[in-house]
Amino acid sequence: MIATVDSVAAVQEAVLVSDRLLPVGAQTKPALSAVTDPGTVRLDCAGLSGISAYDPAELTLTAAAGTPIVELADALAAHGQYLPFDPPLAAAGATLAGTVAAGLSGAGAQRYGGLRDFIIGVEFVDGRGRHVHGGGRVVKNAAGFDLPKLMVGSLGRLGVIVAVSLKVFPRARAHRTLAATFASPAAALDTIGVLNRGPLALEALDLTSEGRLLVRLGGDDGTLTALTERAEATIGTACERIDGPEEAAMWAASAALTALRGNGDRASENPSDSDAPSGDLIRIPLTPPQLPPLSTALTAAGARHRFSRGASVAWAHWPADRTLTELSDRLADLGLGGQRLWGRPGPPLLGTVPGGPFADRVRAALDPDHRFPEL
Amino acid sequence: MEIIAALGELGLGERLLTTPAALAAFSCDGLTAFTARPCAAVLAESTAEVVATVRACHATGTPFVARGSGTSLSGGSLPVAGGVLIALNRLNRVLSIDPESRTAVLEPGVINLDVSRAAAAHGLAYAPDPSSQSVCSIGGNLAFNSGGAHCLRHGMTANHILGMTVVLPDGELTTLGGPSREGLGPDWTGMFCGSEGLFGIAVEVTVSLIPIAEATATFLAAYDSLSAAGDAVSAIVAAGLLPVAMEIMDALAIEAAEASVKPRYPPAAALLIVELEGDRDTVAADTTALEALIAVSGAVSVTHTADPEERALIWKGRKSAFSAVGWLAPDYIVQDGVVPRTQLGRALAEVEALSAAAGIRVANVFHAGDGNLHPLILFDGAEAGALERAEQLAADILSMCVRLGGSITGEHGVGVEKRAHLPLMFSPDDLTLMGEIRRSVDPGELANRGKMLVPMAEGTAA
Ligand SMILES: Cc1cc2nc3c(=O)[nH]c(=O)nc-3n(C[C@H](O)[C@H](O)[C@H](O)COP(=O)(O)OP(=O)(O)OC[C@H]3O[C@@H](n4cnc5c(N)ncnc54)[C@H](O)[C@@H]3O)c2cc1C
Repeated sequence: MIATVDSVAAVQEAVLVSDRLLPVGAQTKPALSAVTDPGTVRLDCAGLSGISAYDPAELTLTAAAGTPIVELADALAAHGQYLPFDPPLAAAGATLAGTVAAGLSGAGAQRYGGLRDFIIGVEFVDGRGRHVHGGGRVVKNAAGFDLPKLMVGSLGRLGVIVAVSLKVFPRARAHRTLAATFASPAAALDTIGVLNRGPLALEALDLTSEGRLLVRLGGDDGTLTALTERAEATIGTACERIDGPEEAAMWAASAALTALRGNGDRASENPSDSDAPSGDLIRIPLTPPQLPPLSTALTAAGARHRFSRGASVAWAHWPADRTLTELSDRLADLGLGGQRLWGRPGPPLLGTVPGGPFADRVRAALDPDHRFPEL
Repeated sequence: MEIIAALGELGLGERLLTTPAALAAFSCDGLTAFTARPCAAVLAESTAEVVATVRACHATGTPFVARGSGTSLSGGSLPVAGGVLIALNRLNRVLSIDPESRTAVLEPGVINLDVSRAAAAHGLAYAPDPSSQSVCSIGGNLAFNSGGAHCLRHGMTANHILGMTVVLPDGELTTLGGPSREGLGPDWTGMFCGSEGLFGIAVEVTVSLIPIAEATATFLAAYDSLSAAGDAVSAIVAAGLLPVAMEIMDALAIEAAEASVKPRYPPAAALLIVELEGDRDTVAADTTALEALIAVSGAVSVTHTADPEERALIWKGRKSAFSAVGWLAPDYIVQDGVVPRTQLGRALAEVEALSAAAGIRVANVFHAGDGNLHPLILFDGAEAGALERAEQLAADILSMCVRLGGSITGEHGVGVEKRAHLPLMFSPDDLTLMGEIRRSVDPGELANRGKMLVPMAEGTAA
């Protein structure tokens, strides 16, 4: 069952009258908005929308939960600013709260950090129907518990987010991407390490399962030439230079996770089409030394993948003919965990899942009546 | 006492302190106006000792307070009278550095600056740099989500903590987060950071490291008014530049710095320090842009330098400002309210008006880029009622910050000092929920009781 809400009071009301509920946004990450118990009410928060505060001189922004990321990006771009954590699936319609609850940052997080580094305030309705807020609207704030960070990755299971405040930054005026091909992902690891520790602040540092290294540079027209020469010297191998609209389109496709969609046999452009027999999309946090074994395991299973943020995360397409149990076991063997964004019915988190007594106790305070699904 | 007997069983030897003379050293933190006497102090040397001590406290219902270096400015590490103080400064080993992952695993008592010292061999550094960085500990930084001059670009402590092992208030050991820069599930690590010790004690901390900047340029611009310096900050932000630091000092703070560490600042009503950092080409381009911006900002004089010694001297003057005001008055209270950066000019004018009305001198040094004020309220504690008048002025300044849309604390935390002001920012429901979370984690309210939130034990619900 779906219930729609267009005010905070309506969210509070919905929480109080529902035994089980899960907030949903634009459902661009259907594995996170799917419910296993048919009695669970899905609370559509798209009606809570709009930017309530944005002053470019403050480098901060506040918007309602259901505001599309695209709307934020457009408003910021008009002033040369952007969301440095580079949220994925914006073009598909991802909302602000959906992005926060899913805890998603994109390739651009290589430069300044991820979502947790840019959230400064949150308003949400807790499991008792109270409208509460944490953090604030200023970039620096040490008062009270850091509830904004707690909502990052909360998967709609700790409260219904109704508004979010973010820190934003000026965006580089010009971009260029260098592409170099290595024999395998593992063969590119040393270069990734040197770039990660090097002097150049990269806009993105990605690697495909085919061993194609993508180094995105940002600056102005003046500095880009110098940055290019230095990056090419570091990479050593012959680099292809990609500029202009082609460059922008390439990163837009990466943010849309296009290459990791479907089986290749079925052009499912609609990620919310969860009936499609197209396998699962999974996000796997890691550290660079974990790249070789993970890449080997994914390749053995026929799973296309891409490493991002300088090998801090992998995005993988897990084929439909492989079970989720197998995926979960493989990840656990490597000491890793993963988050599914779309695919067949099943739990959102797989493999080694963080939690423990601290998580249980905080959760008990936020949702004492177990209205939200288990994590 | 039951707790002393229980601690006596732990084989701590001389590291269990119970005499008044031995305990005197722990009676306060950097906020010396508040003091309390614990019944015992444990100088822990291992995680197992921290666990055993917390278990003994839990079993006997005794409150405990973790202490790193004791430099908190809000009473965070003030002991609970009759409780146990757990000193962590001997747990000070850098356990490992992984240059490939750009992470370090630390014991909580490691001194902030020692992290960068240890990482330097790999070309890496630890970004958060509170002015107290040569003495304060990572555990204290974590518990207070401490900031520093370079937060503008790099963020606060919590942005650099990836994972930790913690001893919960009942002695249970658990792990939060991990070594990756990406998280999975709710950010429990972020939630633990800044909790002011109310959720337990961090005994092992994984931090992220950044590459040491290749090029740095530090600008020093003098202005004939604070508002002109503040306007320059707005102009720099509006132009799309992103310095790593933007700091302002007023005449009184400059005078204090000159009297103590002699940074040879130019005479001025206000000084603006701006630091650029990055690869050499970007810093060169930004230097040109910044020179042009400052040239039209009404600066009386401006210099910039990349020389490490000259830069160090500029920062020494800035970072020693708190202790330097000791040259101006016997006592001071430092506040750290935050205002939206576009309200800086107005906030400074209000601080000036409040200071004049109260007849109390206030020196200002602040993280201008973040809108984080640090008014230093000068007084003489020997004078009857002076402390109370200074505290009243501090409270008025905090109310003003919240009224302008800001916060009562940017980085020093609530502690005991600003507990009464928390309701300025949070609704009764917000505070009730925070109290419920606290008691769900720690039903006995043993961990750092009385800090940040009003405990149930004191009657009114938090
Ligand atoms: C001159 C001066 C300049 C300063 N400048 C700055 C500045 O620029 N920016 C800034 O943010 N702060 C600043 N401070 C404040 C202070 O240095 C910071 O709050 C610092 O993080 C405290 O570290 P500490 O080791 O002294 O912690 P302590 O004072 O010992 O403890 C602080 C709090 O942390 C808790 N704690 C300590 N260790 C742990 C642990 N392992 N697990 C859980 N809780 C723990 C304590 O219980 C206490 O509540 C300054 C202080 C001074 C005196």
